Amino acid sequence: MHYLLTHLPSAWMLTVIHLRLSLVPVLAGLAIALPWGVLVWRRAVLRRLTTVTASVVFTIPSLALFVVLPLIIPTRILDEANVIVALTLYTTALLVRAVFEALDAVPWQVRDAASALGYRPITRLLKVELPLSIPLLVAGLRVVVVTNISMVSVGAVIGIGGLGTWFTEGYQANKSDQIVAGIIAILILAFVVDMLIMLAGRLATPWNRASRPGRRLLTAPVVGGSR
Amino acid sequence: MSFFEQALSYLFTAANWTGPVGLAARTLEHLEYTAAAVAVSALIAIPIGMLVGHTGRGTLVVVSLVNALRALPTLGVLLLAVLLWGLGLVPPIVALMLLGIPPLLAGTYAGISAVDRTVIDAARSMGMGEMRVLLRVEVPNALPLILGGLRTASLQVVATATVAAYASLGGLGRYLIDGIKVRQFHIALVGALMVAALALLLDAALGFAIWASVPGTGRLRRKPPGGSDVMQYASKSPGLSPNVDP
Repeated sequence: MHYLLTHLPSAWMLTVIHLRLSLVPVLAGLAIALPWGVLVWRRAVLRRLTTVTASVVFTIPSLALFVVLPLIIPTRILDEANVIVALTLYTTALLVRAVFEALDAVPWQVRDAASALGYRPITRLLKVELPLSIPLLVAGLRVVVVTNISMVSVGAVIGIGGLGTWFTEGYQANKSDQIVAGIIAILILAFVVDMLIMLAGRLATPWNRASRPGRRLLTAPVVGGSR
Repeated sequence: MSFFEQALSYLFTAANWTGPVGLAARTLEHLEYTAAAVAVSALIAIPIGMLVGHTGRGTLVVVSLVNALRALPTLGVLLLAVLLWGLGLVPPIVALMLLGIPPLLAGTYAGISAVDRTVIDAARSMGMGEMRVLLRVEVPNALPLILGGLRTASLQVVATATVAAYASLGGLGRYLIDGIKVRQFHIALVGALMVAALALLLDAALGFAIWASVPGTGRLRRKPPGGSDVMQYASKSPGLSPNVDP
């Protein structure tokens, strides 16, 4: 704790890198998973294919992916872009499942009622189905963001910044204080971002502010692979 | 492409598989860390999950614990443990155990508490005690979700066990870390391929176990149903999906 308080400037700098590395993949993953999920969730074959691919992606270890990616895509070895691309893959794989589940959870009566009122498929999607799937999407997002934040620290092993560098530095200098500071900083960061997403989710769904006890959280998509 | 060829030729050279630091020994070490860590986290998480799921008490504590543990960076915990307790088996197992607990706890808790209330009431009204309700009704019905948690936990642990090598320990991570250190990237690729293969094998095995454990399908039954068969009390199959709403 003492280390954290006496090194606030560098903690802030590392936090910014850490956030960039963990949140850019979330945005990119959402931008891929949402349209793709909406597009294929009714097509049985494509949906099955997507789910299987997603679970295969989960089984690839993160450290392995960080190292192997530069051999597949034209980035430099030990480049920040590798971490971002790798995390984007995991994020997309998890979110696309969350999109399926969220769309599945929209009651068919609601869907029928919207059609009966004269909504065309696109408008129905944008105005009825997607808003109703926000709670499950937010649950998936929270899991993704928290795991990403703790996963970015693994990048320190291959020399990529973020708060994980305090782990490797502290280990090499035999300073357990620095490692503890890194763990605390990451926990705080994860907690704050998690709360922000939860609040955003609440604000976006004013119609069910009253209910939703903690139980929902646990039935959120279970994260797989190298997390 | 030459990286892949080099890595493949490394993998297909018999001499690289034998000896105390050969692929076979490293794979065994890797599996040893994984098995020990998953076993310890199962010993901790499953009883707690069963208790909380059965009584319905402490739900909030479990939810916050799962979320907090998920954010805990394994690398940091591992390196801290090494500094505190020195090298050896304890640090990687403690760090990986903390990684395995959240999915196992969430799976067990969610599985037990998602069992149909009418099924539990029926079991009670037939005179089952709490212990028997839990072990012979709730657990068999929750088995797909519990095993789903075990699957996630094992996958995470087997993939993350690579970081143990950073603390001068063994396992397949050695290839990754050493390969990067000496800039022999095809060696790192060998490690990556081996870990991915191991993870896929584990995933397939546990996926089969989940398929077999779905209650009401009789997939676990060897003989035709006898009078005392547990499965007869079980409700209709909740399906393979991990997000079944009661």
